[in-house]
Amino acid sequence: MSELATEPLLKVSGLARYFDVSRPWLARMIERLPRQTLKAVDGIDFEIAKGETFSLVGESGCGKSTVARLVVSLYAATKGTILFDGVDLSKLHTRTDIAPVRRRMQMIFQDPYASLNPRWRVADIVAEPLRAFGLEADDAARRKRVDELLRQVGLSPADADKYPHEFSGGQRQRISIARALSSNPEFLVCDEPTSALDVSVQSQILNLMKDLQKRLGLTYLFISHNLAVVYHVSDRIGVMYLGRLCEVADAHDLFAKPQHPYTRLLLDTIPDLEMTGRERVPVAGEVPNPINPPTGCAFHPRCPFAEDRCRQEAPVLRQTESGLAACHAVEEGRIPATEAVTPPQLP
Amino acid sequence: MVSITQSKDHPVNGAPRSRMARILDSDLFYSFRRSPVAVVSAVITLAYFLTAGLAPWLAPYDPFNAASLDLMDAFTAPAWTAEGDSRFLLGTDDQGRDILSTLIYGGRISLIVGFAAVAFSIILGVGVGILAGYVSGWVETVIMRIADVQLTIPAILIALMVDGVARSALPLEMREDMAIYVLIFSIGISDWPRYARVTRGATLVERNKEYIQAARIIGIHPVTIMLRHVLPNVMGPVLVLGTIGLALAVITEATLSFLGVGVPPTTPSLGTLIRIGNNFLFSGEWWITLFPAVALVVLVLAVNLLGDWLRDALNPKLR
Repeated sequence: MSELATEPLLKVSGLARYFDVSRPWLARMIERLPRQTLKAVDGIDFEIAKGETFSLVGESGCGKSTVARLVVSLYAATKGTILFDGVDLSKLHTRTDIAPVRRRMQMIFQDPYASLNPRWRVADIVAEPLRAFGLEADDAARRKRVDELLRQVGLSPADADKYPHEFSGGQRQRISIARALSSNPEFLVCDEPTSALDVSVQSQILNLMKDLQKRLGLTYLFISHNLAVVYHVSDRIGVMYLGRLCEVADAHDLFAKPQHPYTRLLLDTIPDLEMTGRERVPVAGEVPNPINPPTGCAFHPRCPFAEDRCRQEAPVLRQTESGLAACHAVEEGRIPATEAVTPPQLP
Repeated sequence: MVSITQSKDHPVNGAPRSRMARILDSDLFYSFRRSPVAVVSAVITLAYFLTAGLAPWLAPYDPFNAASLDLMDAFTAPAWTAEGDSRFLLGTDDQGRDILSTLIYGGRISLIVGFAAVAFSIILGVGVGILAGYVSGWVETVIMRIADVQLTIPAILIALMVDGVARSALPLEMREDMAIYVLIFSIGISDWPRYARVTRGATLVERNKEYIQAARIIGIHPVTIMLRHVLPNVMGPVLVLGTIGLALAVITEATLSFLGVGVPPTTPSLGTLIRIGNNFLFSGEWWITLFPAVALVVLVLAVNLLGDWLRDALNPKLR
């Protein structure tokens, strides 16, 4: 699926979010410390076409969840714009202006134990968006819709009267999905929806999500650190490192012909059966502190191909043979081609 | 023992409302049954409430009706002593009021004041606590610094001060009638910071949970989120604190009444009775002060132990 085929549903450009992590004023004055900002997301661009699944992958702390929260306007952007179906979200100020956009955009969360209010019945949880947007006329109509939604996600209408603690993690995630679907959204932001679940349940939830996408024509922004999961669900993938995108490509191409050294490093770490017992290249170093990021390309301290230019000049996303990559070495053709990586399998 | 615990099923368990409530309650009830201290405290507390509620039927005399009093009966000793009179089981005070009847009616005033004061400080403390925890920023700073300042001053001093100011602000003829409301207000206002702190802490935990974010994404109004999402999830620890607070409020009321700034002497509470009796303690009329004092100690102890048990029973780390 190409992003040029139709007008994108979501267009993010130059998006940045900085957090002020300074010590309190008094402590700063006494110890003569400067203000500190953490650049969680530092200028990223991507587009998601209707009906497509775009994934963001990266290590912990690379800013992928912040992107998810920016897109659903839980955070306000420091810089940049988010266009949803041509509407600039930062230009909507009053609650009545935002409501129609909010109805079309929903989110599925990581922790199924924290994402449902423990004091509410399932029926009330699932119906909350219905009430908020005034979508059904009365209680009977709402209840009918809740029953329908629960059936859609593979639960029984009888579950509506139970409380969240009576369900397993996978079932709770289904309730979460039912709630997200209740306002008939077109766009779902999924923030690591399976990473808190058992491996055996993960694929059930992923298959449910794929199935719903096909039936309801949903568009997904999928956040994950699990490459196997990402390969399973995505049409296109963006690899994030320290608040920036370092490679964007179609899912198949990214695994077949990874360009950016960081992407290669990530793919090398995927465990697979044939590699058992063989020597591995361990991942060198850790993600640098985003409060004090390295100069130039943020990846250069860990990169085997780093040169002087990488230490001084930050690379931008450029067209490569398989997609977009932000790397001087790729641009200069300094990196030898690697053999294709076997795509990871879901266990 | 069995019959006692079964009869205690009702006040703790309540009417079965739902599956979850029943499961929760049955856990709680199991821990309740296994704790003899909790059972005894609950029975005593319940007895106090029943006695207070049924005062007009249980008390032999109406001590608030000045017309029925006879000064000739003053200072009658308890019935079992040599100078006793069989009409007055626990003796009479300096105005000839039956101590037993005054105890029953006085306990009622103490309980009403205690309950109303705790309810008032819970509403105030939980309200500003949720606001401080959820809104954060300067609102939180202002509210919590006020609470901190108030916590540095003993609650009884705050209550005394508020009580004194409110009294002198009222016109003379209203002071008697308003005394009980002034008392409730001053005790309630002296105790809100404890509830505010606990509520703020619990709110900070809940605020970052994803169900709150889910509500924010669909544009639910912050006030609605605070009332419908946060409030039910922070009430547990507050209610536990409230049971202990009830005992404290009864003591504060007794202290204020003992100091002479509580309820008027014509409608005495337990504290007022102790104060009146205190004047005659050294002239040998010990019964006027002893019985109200014992009644107060037993009530406060029972409610306190019940609160202690509830705190432990609801703490998952102690299960």
